[in-house]
Amino acid sequence: MQEPLIRLRNISKSFDGSVVLDDLNLDIKENEFVTLLGPSGCGKTTTLRILGGFTKPDSGQVFFDGEDITNLPPNKRQLNTVFQKYALFPHMNIEENIAFGLKIKGKSRDYIRDKIRYALKLVNLDGYEKRDVTSLSGGQQQRIAIARAIVNEPRVLLLDEPLGALDLKLRQDMQYELIRLKNELGITFVYVTHDQEESLTMSDTIVVMNQGYIQQMGTPQNIYNEPENAFVADFIGDSNIIDGIMIKDLLVEICGCRIPCVDSGFGTDQPVDVVIRPEDVELSTDPSNGFLSGRVTSLIFKGVHYEMEVMAGGFEWLVQSTLCYPVGSEVGIQVKPENIQIMKKPESADEKAVSADA
Amino acid sequence: MKNFLEKAYLAVIFIFLYLPIAALIVLSFNESKYMSTWGGFSLKWYEDLFSSQIIMSALQNTLIIALVSASIATLIGTAACLGISSMKKLPRTIVMGITNIPMLNADIVTGISLMLCFLAFGVTLSMKTVILAHITFNIPYVILSVMPRIKQLEPSTYEAALDLGASPAYAFVKVVLPDIMPGILSGFLLAFTMSLDDFIITHFTKGAGINTISTLVYSELRKGIKPTLYALSALVFTAVLILLVIMNLPKGKGKKQESLL
Repeated sequence: MQEPLIRLRNISKSFDGSVVLDDLNLDIKENEFVTLLGPSGCGKTTTLRILGGFTKPDSGQVFFDGEDITNLPPNKRQLNTVFQKYALFPHMNIEENIAFGLKIKGKSRDYIRDKIRYALKLVNLDGYEKRDVTSLSGGQQQRIAIARAIVNEPRVLLLDEPLGALDLKLRQDMQYELIRLKNELGITFVYVTHDQEESLTMSDTIVVMNQGYIQQMGTPQNIYNEPENAFVADFIGDSNIIDGIMIKDLLVEICGCRIPCVDSGFGTDQPVDVVIRPEDVELSTDPSNGFLSGRVTSLIFKGVHYEMEVMAGGFEWLVQSTLCYPVGSEVGIQVKPENIQIMKKPESADEKAVSADA
Repeated sequence: MKNFLEKAYLAVIFIFLYLPIAALIVLSFNESKYMSTWGGFSLKWYEDLFSSQIIMSALQNTLIIALVSASIATLIGTAACLGISSMKKLPRTIVMGITNIPMLNADIVTGISLMLCFLAFGVTLSMKTVILAHITFNIPYVILSVMPRIKQLEPSTYEAALDLGASPAYAFVKVVLPDIMPGILSGFLLAFTMSLDDFIITHFTKGAGINTISTLVYSELRKGIKPTLYALSALVFTAVLILLVIMNLPKGKGKKQESLL
């Protein structure tokens, strides 16, 4: 097991009496693409700013490569940041912007020129050296900001919602660009976003945060398929979260029906939250086909699929299907056992606070 | 017809604004001492002006006072802006309110209170006291023109500079200062013109024997006005006009164009 490059230990931070981070612990391995994901105000940007050195934690320590850097100012850290609003220097041209960090390090003129050319090539903006910052589009400015950061050969690149201001198409292009950059450069990316789709596309590891706590940490598949609590399930994609009772291992009761599942170890007759993704709900035109029957109450065409709401067993089911079931039709509901995700009900007050939000 | 009316209206306004100044300039070239009679074209009042020891020393005083007080006020005002901008909301509002009071205060009140203050502390009135007084009333003008630039400043550019390895001082000089420079320059010019323009405060805080252009004109008026002063006024007007034109010239290629006033 590789020693983590960055370790955050017991980090707490509050602003004007409101707690933003509470005893946060996080390890980031070298060469990993880690995404901090959560709604606004969950503490993800604060975590990034603590890593960058712009915000001091009230308590706790930051370790970088085994060294305590908690009190190191940002200009002494081997990390570079790409800011949400690009933060390019408006009175300098692109060349001067990119050379800024290298000049401070006292690199030779030839070295700087080569580096600029290399970095511009990397972000697909060759020949833009003499252009004015203000003459660039948002996407181009963002790529210059990335070039300016990577010429310094940081070991970690911190990105604070870098694609937030771009339109959908450009955002998708930039996502591929970032994945390519990460693979070419072999540096660690710490990425902050509130966009769950973005995080699923790009990350090796996703850290889901809410109200200053880490809710779940894992691979995108892991987070999506096996959310640990209702907040994660709800935040990552749409889902049906239903109150249920775990009768015994491999058998759960929802909406008055006992259905087989693949989870075990919850004990017997325990109240649980049951998560079923809308694309995993299978409908059929025969109401008797399935463990529940219900009536379609709404139908929306979404492009790739239809999205329907089905009233069944006292619960409004969200269903996504490529087949269209018109409003008012009686349908049967079926879910495969492996698509049923069982979660413990929140116990502690903190966990409650979390699920109340969800 | 409408077009003609529009032009005529504009012409009338310009005549109202500039006819008095034009009259003054014409009279400054009048050979005759009396404004009622035209004695032919002459530069003699200009010769008079440049050979007059009193006027030249007053002009020198005016420029020194304006330059020194505007420079120092710009330094103090800019530093104050940086401090104020990082204050919390309530103290910031209070400090900005206090800074604005001297601008709204009647000059005569400021002048008399400064004079009393100097005398109370046993400071002899001299050129130094005039400069101190001018610094005092200039600071709010500098703050007024620098503050908006600082508010527009993207805080992340400073952080980006630190992030790229710059020390706080280097980041300030290389990144923050160029961004707020137009504000600082216009603050300086505003302070400079305010100082040139001032009569009342100078009148109360200057020592005996020291004159600026405005106080000189005032004391000369009591003896009866001489066409030399027309020549002086005409020159001051021309100087200001040239300054204005220079400031509003488009600057540099590709750079953002900004008029300073």
